[in-house]
Amino acid sequence: MLSDVSDAASPRNSNPPRHAAFVRVTHWLTAICFFALLISGAEIVVSHPRFYWGETGNLTTRPMFKIPVPASRNLVPTGYGYVMPDQNGWSRYLHFQAAWAAVLTGLAYALWGLWTGHFRKNLFPAPADRTWRGFWRVVATHIRFTRPDAAEALSYNAVQRAAYLLVVFVLFPLVIWTGLALSPGFNSAFPAPVNVLGGRQSARTLHFFVSGFILLFLIVHIVMVVLAGFTSRMRAMITGTMITGTMITGAMPAGATTTGTMTPETSAQTSTGATIPESAIEEARP
Amino acid sequence: MSKISRRKFVTTGVAATAGVSGIAVAATLAKRYGLVPPDSGGIYGPGETLTYAAQRLLTKHSLAREFPRSMISKTPFANELAPFGDAFKKHQAAGFADWRLFIDGMVAHPASLSLSDLRSFPVRSQITEVVCEEGWSYVGQWIGTPLVEVLNAAGILPQARYVVYFSIQPDWWESIDMADALHPQTLLTYAMNDGDLPVVFGGPLRLRVPRQLGYKSVKFINHMTVTDSLKHFGKGLGSAAPEGGYAWYAGI
Repeated sequence: MLSDVSDAASPRNSNPPRHAAFVRVTHWLTAICFFALLISGAEIVVSHPRFYWGETGNLTTRPMFKIPVPASRNLVPTGYGYVMPDQNGWSRYLHFQAAWAAVLTGLAYALWGLWTGHFRKNLFPAPADRTWRGFWRVVATHIRFTRPDAAEALSYNAVQRAAYLLVVFVLFPLVIWTGLALSPGFNSAFPAPVNVLGGRQSARTLHFFVSGFILLFLIVHIVMVVLAGFTSRMRAMITGTMITGTMITGAMPAGATTTGTMTPETSAQTSTGATIPESAIEEARP
Repeated sequence: MSKISRRKFVTTGVAATAGVSGIAVAATLAKRYGLVPPDSGGIYGPGETLTYAAQRLLTKHSLAREFPRSMISKTPFANELAPFGDAFKKHQAAGFADWRLFIDGMVAHPASLSLSDLRSFPVRSQITEVVCEEGWSYVGQWIGTPLVEVLNAAGILPQARYVVYFSIQPDWWESIDMADALHPQTLLTYAMNDGDLPVVFGGPLRLRVPRQLGYKSVKFINHMTVTDSLKHFGKGLGSAAPEGGYAWYAGI
């Protein structure tokens, strides 16, 4: 694994960022957009918390399912005897503005990722993990709640790679597709995207479920970040550095050994200002 | 400052300048070609402008999806209506015999059309979906005369850019650009599913704009104004929708 790690880091630079600046900026822009889309999407849904399949669906037709929440419109029978405040106006404005920002950010990220080989190098499974056996080995490690080794702070493991690929190349395209299929203007020029989904109400239901899967990913993502070391992972995604550079160079010979300091435990120690104990560096080496 | 950071500084500066001037050029072009919606001010202006501009470039002449007769909803949903005002009640009591549609503004021949006048124009029928911003929808057959026929008869002046239309009910008015006003599916609708247009669905006269959300299809239309600017209507945001917090352009 150590050789993988030094591959991922540029050999010419002794202290490369854990995440490229482009990744960090697009990551946080996407995070802000998704948060805006989630809040505004929830606001829009409660104006009609009923879901249908096919082309049409309304209060005179049977829903496929309902979300058990009070609605923000008084005509919808929810059984709660309470109508939520109606926030659809600004929610819709925000939803579409955030959708534009998310799509443009995603487009820039995708082009950058193809151009720099980011997807190939950092997201497609590492050569060792390209077999089912290799993949399941990582899954098994996860299931046993084994602490990640040092290399994992510098490079994604196979399960992470699979999860990120799923979000980037499956869930985001699907949520854009099903969202566009809800636009009557877009549908007039491009009817196929909504027709192949089985109609407008099917597209709406799928948009809801795909958004739910992205939310599920987000929750797992945040839990994993917390478990792996919230401070160090957040710092890596904000500043690009794993720990402050002076500490690395002060504690170790320059160059190759920087990879040894990246376990959550050691970085937790360093975040309090202590120098890294030599033993921790040794332990962290596979 | 080291060499690398200076180079970075210069390239970032050039990129930023190019970006800002690019946006400025795009904004100027968008204004010139009518790609900026009237509610483009405010924090949601950029998103609205992108949506409207993108759709005007891609969907100017496209047709809303039409459906086979078998897909007409058996139970179309009539949305809630505000209590009728006295003006509407009087017409309703008289069976809408004296209902008139006034057309004024930038037209060569301002007109006042009765429902039977409207029926003498070419008839078009379409089976399209009513799509509410809340999320529900139904398919209906809508019968009437394309707005473009009536506008052509009134003689639109070349500087016309928008058509503003008013319900007899207070504070209910919308506007569309000429792309939608001249669109063959924009229908002055007086009949539905082979019968007269029921009052709950907007009878005696509703403007159907099937490429936009339901709230653009205003019910009980009795007045239209052709104009080159929306500045002097209401708060100048284009229609009642943005005044209530909703987007003017509802083709999303």
